[in-house]
Amino acid sequence: MNLTLKIWRQKNAKTKGKFESFKLNDISPEASFLEMLDILNQQLIDEGKEPVAFDHDCREGICGTCGLYINGRPHGPERGVTTCQLHMRKFKDGDTIVIEPWRAKAFPIVRDLVVDRSAFDLIMQAGGFVSVNTGNAPDANSSPIPKLDADRAFEAAACIGCGACVAACKNASAMLYVSAKVSHLALLPQGKVEAAERVQKMVAKMDELGFGNCTNTYACEFECPKNISVSNIARMNREFLSAKLFAEKPSPIDMGD
Amino acid sequence: MSVLDSKIPDGPISQKWTQYKADAKLVNPSNKRKLDVIIIGTGLAGASAAASLGELGYNVKVFCYQDSPRRAHSIAAQGGINAAKNYQNDGDSVYRLFYDTVKGGDYRAREGNVYRLAEVSNNIIDQCVAQGVPFAREYGGLLDNRSFGGAQVSRTFYAKGQTGQQLLLGAYSALNRQIAKGTVTVYSRRNLLDIVTIDGKARGVIIRNLVTGEIERYFGHAVVIASGGYGNVFYLSTYAMGANASPAWIAHKRGAYFGNPCYVQIHPTCMPVHGEYQSKLTLMSESLRNDGRIWVPKNKKDVERIRRKELSPNDIKEEDRDYYLERRYPAFGNLVPRDVASRAAKERTDAGYGVNDTGLAVYLDFKDVIARIGKEAVAAKYGNLFQMYEKINDENPYETPMMIYPATHYAMGGLWVDYELMTTIPGLFAAGEANFSDHGANRLGASALMQGLADGYFVLPYTLSNYLADEIRTPRMSTDLEEFVKTEQEVKDRVEKFTAIKGTESVDSFHKRLGKIMWDYCGMGRNAEGLKKALALIPELRKEFWKNVRVPGGNDYYNPEIEKAGYVADFLELGELIVRDALHREESCGGHFREEYQTEEGEALRNDNDFAYVAAWEYKGENSIPELHKETLKFEAIELKQRNYK
Ligand SMILES: Cc1cc2nc3c(=O)[nH]c(=O)nc-3n(C[C@H](O)[C@H](O)[C@H](O)COP(=O)(O)OP(=O)(O)OC[C@H]3O[C@@H](n4cnc5c(N)ncnc54)[C@H](O)[C@@H]3O)c2cc1C
Ligand code: FES
Repeated sequence: MNLTLKIWRQKNAKTKGKFESFKLNDISPEASFLEMLDILNQQLIDEGKEPVAFDHDCREGICGTCGLYINGRPHGPERGVTTCQLHMRKFKDGDTIVIEPWRAKAFPIVRDLVVDRSAFDLIMQAGGFVSVNTGNAPDANSSPIPKLDADRAFEAAACIGCGACVAACKNASAMLYVSAKVSHLALLPQGKVEAAERVQKMVAKMDELGFGNCTNTYACEFECPKNISVSNIARMNREFLSAKLFAEKPSPIDMGD
Repeated sequence: MSVLDSKIPDGPISQKWTQYKADAKLVNPSNKRKLDVIIIGTGLAGASAAASLGELGYNVKVFCYQDSPRRAHSIAAQGGINAAKNYQNDGDSVYRLFYDTVKGGDYRAREGNVYRLAEVSNNIIDQCVAQGVPFAREYGGLLDNRSFGGAQVSRTFYAKGQTGQQLLLGAYSALNRQIAKGTVTVYSRRNLLDIVTIDGKARGVIIRNLVTGEIERYFGHAVVIASGGYGNVFYLSTYAMGANASPAWIAHKRGAYFGNPCYVQIHPTCMPVHGEYQSKLTLMSESLRNDGRIWVPKNKKDVERIRRKELSPNDIKEEDRDYYLERRYPAFGNLVPRDVASRAAKERTDAGYGVNDTGLAVYLDFKDVIARIGKEAVAAKYGNLFQMYEKINDENPYETPMMIYPATHYAMGGLWVDYELMTTIPGLFAAGEANFSDHGANRLGASALMQGLADGYFVLPYTLSNYLADEIRTPRMSTDLEEFVKTEQEVKDRVEKFTAIKGTESVDSFHKRLGKIMWDYCGMGRNAEGLKKALALIPELRKEFWKNVRVPGGNDYYNPEIEKAGYVADFLELGELIVRDALHREESCGGHFREEYQTEEGEALRNDNDFAYVAAWEYKGENSIPELHKETLKFEAIELKQRNYK
């Protein structure tokens, strides 16, 4: 198929960006979206131009590295897939495809379609862990966990940290991401001990990093490539409120220890 | 040729590690703070090592090329992780896991290391559960297991088809905890360009900041390479696009021996190649072989009609199907080890029975298991894999069998290390897939995750401490020392050379050409004639690369083409070493199948008299032939036998 691409080009965070148009011919519908971009880049290199920078690594929907805003939607038109899992058969011959980076204050642009998502790491460092030292663990089967809880924890933990939820949200809120991690650990007995401090610290960090508020539009859930549920947000809100009720100020226990 | 000392402790196999730990030197807490450790890699090996060493009190700096440590390639591991828990009461034990691993590796692994691996496997599961890793559970709330190839027990722990993700998130959370405490600093979007040695010891690294293009220097009392495997030398593989051999290759060029480079695993169940533009081959987890049955049609007529799309695989009657693994290996059936399953697929497709238009695919069929336990139960086990398959191929595996073909998947070879995971450069360690240590000539499924975490959580904390105990008098060194300055200049020159060549052919194009040579002459079947041909072709291609590569853009901003150029330049050197090693090893073992050495039934024929050793290659300079050193493998606990899965 033949396509017109409108792609955001920007040298770095300090310079201004703009759209650039490209024509691309003879693309196989079997090619993946990123393979289509590979073909474009090969063409650009052959013409002596600079290829379009985009982030990707595993190309099988699990590392969360890729993430393009395609025709106004994070990861493109298909539900439940990452950009690297999207295939050209979802487009038509003659289509114009607009490709942009994630747009959020907390995710500054590195170059072209590549953004800096280290804010997500910083939230995790604020408390996204269970404080257990290496070699200190009891036998893995010493505390049975109801299958339902384990499965729910797994579903929350399936988040790949791609940032589509933030890109989808008109407020650039990170609530779905943070609530998924909070839920994953709060649902397991291992994570319960620190649950109250964890939720407070992670939410405080999220606010500090410039993510927006949640106004319940649920665009995040709709666009999440892993179908992470907004019920996690409700759970986090409950965790947060009860943590506040029981400890007016953040617990004096240093979770870093 | 020198004799390599693997430093295996004396004593009976089951006591070696206990004895080692009892004898190992320790570092007191106030000294630990003064000791710096550099770790390249945040996969299971690197992240678990960084977290555990940080927790002990060392000052750790850890690097990755991705934008976050959580995205290391370990994240993509699907099927599971082995441990000798024997929760299923099916006869498993530390000894059996050890035995299966040595046998699965076709008796080319070091007994002492493998036993230790089996021994700590149980601690890994405990550790991960305590971190909140949501492994699959049974209705009673206890952990569930599945089976993997090369074993007759169920010892694989899993989290749907996302085990690597969940384990890595566990290690990443442990890492985050240490970052919060200030013991670990993570540097992401960084590429290792060189290792600095001072007076023969590893003392630091030269790093390129991928965002700014700046070159940075870091000092460490010890350096750990945990940068993963080198399978991308074949271009198409199941690895992440950025996976590269450069850290290991750089270490090699600085003096670390490279062990068994020709042992590369070709995984039997991957998506077949479908077009020239293809960038990767997605794995379909080995766990699918628990329930899926592999077959091709018995009759050529049916094959041709399938290729012409006149028949669907579902039209082929049961008696007209050749379940060739079940036919050839009744005892293990579809669960034979990977090398055996891959070669059997090649045997059928070479004979003309391949089922897609390229002739390079076989079926993996779930019809029977769906009939037995129902679609829902199958979805609970493999749902995300089926979904992944459907997204790529636009075909529903609940209804039509999957089409699969072998693809490059794992590197058993890697940096040679001794029992302490130290390379031949003092102070330079290697962990995870980057080292050669535990899998011999073939890795069993679900054992790489086990090894990565064993190395990082449970081995390095002891062995690195043992090394660092002698370093407490070495003060932190300035990175302005001559050795740092000189090494930095060398890498700067190389980066500038890439952009200065201004040739006509892209880096990717060279990479593809190398991959094709490797796959054609050094893939699933190898012979002396082909290998010699490759040995001539690769240096030619390398020469062409340095004359004609085109690396567009500048080097003072985010420009991934520069990194890729470096990776491919290194692959072009490593590829030659792989071929050389494959040519010298005149036997078939595990992933290394030399067509000249096979039994009448087409099984791999080992030569224990001449080749029961680790080949460790020493770099001798750009245009010189590397020198081979041998570490003789001693089998004391296990008797050397021809593998038999019939
Ligand atoms: C698709 C797939 C599925 C798999 N499934 C399983 C399974 O079910 N069970 C199992 O046991 N094994 C499985 N494996 C194998 C297993 O995942 C890997 O062997 C293992 O995860 C490797 O871990 P590692 O820590 O050694 O390296 P990796 O996870 O590969 O990490 C490498 C690290 O090094 C860094 N790095 C690399 N190069 C550089 C550089 N030049 N500069 C700076 N940093 C660098 C990277 O950023 C990364 O952080 C699978 C592999 C694949 C490809
Ligand atoms: S590249 Fe890994 S999720 Fe898309």
